[in-house]
Amino acid sequence: MSQKKPQKLIDENDVRLDGRKLNEMRPVKIEVGVLGNADGSAYIEQGKNKILAAVYGPREVHPKHLALPDRAVLRCRYHMAPFSVEERKSPAPSRRELELSKVIRECLEPSVFTEYYPRTSIDLFIEVLQADGGTRCAGITVASVALADAGIPMRDLVSACAAGKVEGRLVLDLTDVEDKAGEADMPLAYLPSANAITLLQMDGMLTGEEFEQVVNLALDGCKQVGQIQREALRAKYTVAKEAEGEKEEAEAGEE
Amino acid sequence: MPVFYERRQLVTPGDLLAENDYMAGENTHKENGRIYATRVGLVNYDDKRVYVVALKSFYVPMVGDTVIGKVTEVTLGGWVIDIRAPYLAMLRASDALERPFKPQKDDLPSLFDVGDMLIAKIVAYDRTRDPLLTVLERGLGKITRGQLIEITPTKIPRVIGKQGSMISMVKQETGCQITIGQNGRILISGKSPEDEQLAVMAIRKIEQEAHTTGLTDRVTEMLRKEKGEKEVVKNVTEETTKTD
Amino acid sequence: MSSIMTSRVRQKRVAQLISRGKRLDGRGLADYREVQVEAGLIERAEGSARVRLGKTEVLVGVKFEMGEPFPDTPNEGVLTVNAELVPLASPTFEPGPPDENSVELARVVDRGIRESKAIATEELCIEPGKKVFVVFVDVYVLNHDGNLIDASCLAALAALLNTKMFNYEVKEGEVKIKPGYKPLPISNYPVAVTFAKFNDKLVVDPWLEEEQVMDARLTMTVEKDGKICAIQKGGYGYFTAEQLFEASKIARQKAEEQRKLVVKE
Repeated sequence: MSQKKPQKLIDENDVRLDGRKLNEMRPVKIEVGVLGNADGSAYIEQGKNKILAAVYGPREVHPKHLALPDRAVLRCRYHMAPFSVEERKSPAPSRRELELSKVIRECLEPSVFTEYYPRTSIDLFIEVLQADGGTRCAGITVASVALADAGIPMRDLVSACAAGKVEGRLVLDLTDVEDKAGEADMPLAYLPSANAITLLQMDGMLTGEEFEQVVNLALDGCKQVGQIQREALRAKYTVAKEAEGEKEEAEAGEE
Repeated sequence: MPVFYERRQLVTPGDLLAENDYMAGENTHKENGRIYATRVGLVNYDDKRVYVVALKSFYVPMVGDTVIGKVTEVTLGGWVIDIRAPYLAMLRASDALERPFKPQKDDLPSLFDVGDMLIAKIVAYDRTRDPLLTVLERGLGKITRGQLIEITPTKIPRVIGKQGSMISMVKQETGCQITIGQNGRILISGKSPEDEQLAVMAIRKIEQEAHTTGLTDRVTEMLRKEKGEKEVVKNVTEETTKTD
Repeated sequence: MSSIMTSRVRQKRVAQLISRGKRLDGRGLADYREVQVEAGLIERAEGSARVRLGKTEVLVGVKFEMGEPFPDTPNEGVLTVNAELVPLASPTFEPGPPDENSVELARVVDRGIRESKAIATEELCIEPGKKVFVVFVDVYVLNHDGNLIDASCLAALAALLNTKMFNYEVKEGEVKIKPGYKPLPISNYPVAVTFAKFNDKLVVDPWLEEEQVMDARLTMTVEKDGKICAIQKGGYGYFTAEQLFEASKIARQKAEEQRKLVVKE
């Protein structure tokens, strides 16, 4: 028998491998406007996840036959860099990436006013530079910020976070190890102003009651993520504002 | 009063700005009686309207706007122009030539070729088709000299100023001709590159400090200071060359 | 030239009826269409089944191959699910490599089987760390009239229950086939239940015209003990948490009903 027995992921005091409590999220850091050519961009670090998102558009659709007469078409590409995972991943798009590109697009579309820009496309690129579980959620979170950075009118920011069950306990924001060895993983995305859940997937096993608890746990995580997204957007522009404020004061002082 | 932010506070998409009695102004969206921000920007309220001055947005064509565009393609009947908008604009030969277009005689690239910059006006635009341009009015046509700069389109009104006060001042102080494209492109044509540089500096300053007050005075002051310094440098250089 | 685009007028009618609790084909909001299951029709496959869900028709074939196990599960067989939206099934299906819809379909069916541990994969081990059985579940959509997910999952389950493995023994590192068959060991029966949302109404088993007008889609796969083993939201709309909880209750109930059509106790 060459199978390794998995080490315990959560100890008797409900502390996880990385020291977190059951309902604690990994630390999140978001930077806005990191790429020079894209119309909008953002970068996120969530635990060991490192993900970049870029937006081009609204712009002319190529090929033209994909254009919609009454709104912009949102196109999304979720892709993982070959070096992002433990065992090198081939750069060719996998089935998983194809599925995630679809669900992420379906998740973000309700947040964008596509009807304002008929016959154009809004192209969204999510590149996972380093992965450690929950990449689709972090990807959605950073993509939403990139869309706002591009100046595209939005109903709201979409915030995403996964919750699940590991060693019998309900936990928030699973790492890769917790996802693989745990009993259930449920990524969820939320649009607060419409009280709308726009992404929901689950693999594993949950009873009906556990399902309700995990949903509520994930929603809690989404709310925390939402604060961080807004702070990041504010930070980018507040720096500019503060610089102006300082300049004004300095000039006033000179007179 | 059902408002949730103070004037000129920074808001993000989805922020609830006001309820019920207010009208949804620029960069906001009303749903079920509630008004939300749709872009990152500074919120403001007047009498009955709440609006957001977006910190970043792109140009959306409007009929009547003067725009500065770049020719990207020559087609059978005209040109395709990039006007820094979500849509490419079209310039038909009939909107560029004073007389009827003769395909055999008229060589379109000799008139405007790929890469040329034009000052044009939008004559038609709606949701079902790309914007249509014309260059057949005074002041429109190919750009042959001068400097071109790009700023974010939301700042254009500030560059123009109330009743054109800001841009008139800059033209006067720098002696440059300045053509403003609503799509965020500005053409500066002066007697010398230094004069043009002054104008560029002024516009960049306006773009950076667009949301502050007393800007016209500060820009005037800056221009005068720069000009004064340049005069001093010129004199010094003349003196040193004289003694050689 | 047939087109599946429903006219605006009909779309309105569908939505209107649903808001009043009725459906165009007379079904209740939580009613499935008529289901027909036929197993074993493809003798060349190790297992097969065809499900008709209303006019939606899906054929699933199960084939065995021998191969290497994955490095992190050296004693377990391999499950691979593939789905093809065959062009003859709909004017909207075009020939070519799998698109996002067929990939999503395959992965949702896969999730149900895998997460419920329906196949006892340890029993598919021939030589630990070296040789295992690879189970290919191929979903072949023959006619698309809505709700491909539920029909495919049901067909996959029926096909697996119909699957026979040949007897074998390992002699000097060689696999020798012996006469006789045994059924593939199946220990769980996952059933997918798909909802369509129209404003605040949830509808079970949407048919094609309803799918074209719905806000969003939600699939919940339920295993034999009533636990949820897979969830997939689809479409551009959204659900509130309350709607999710309501769906979960209905899904568990309907899964039990649908399971009886395939699993004979």
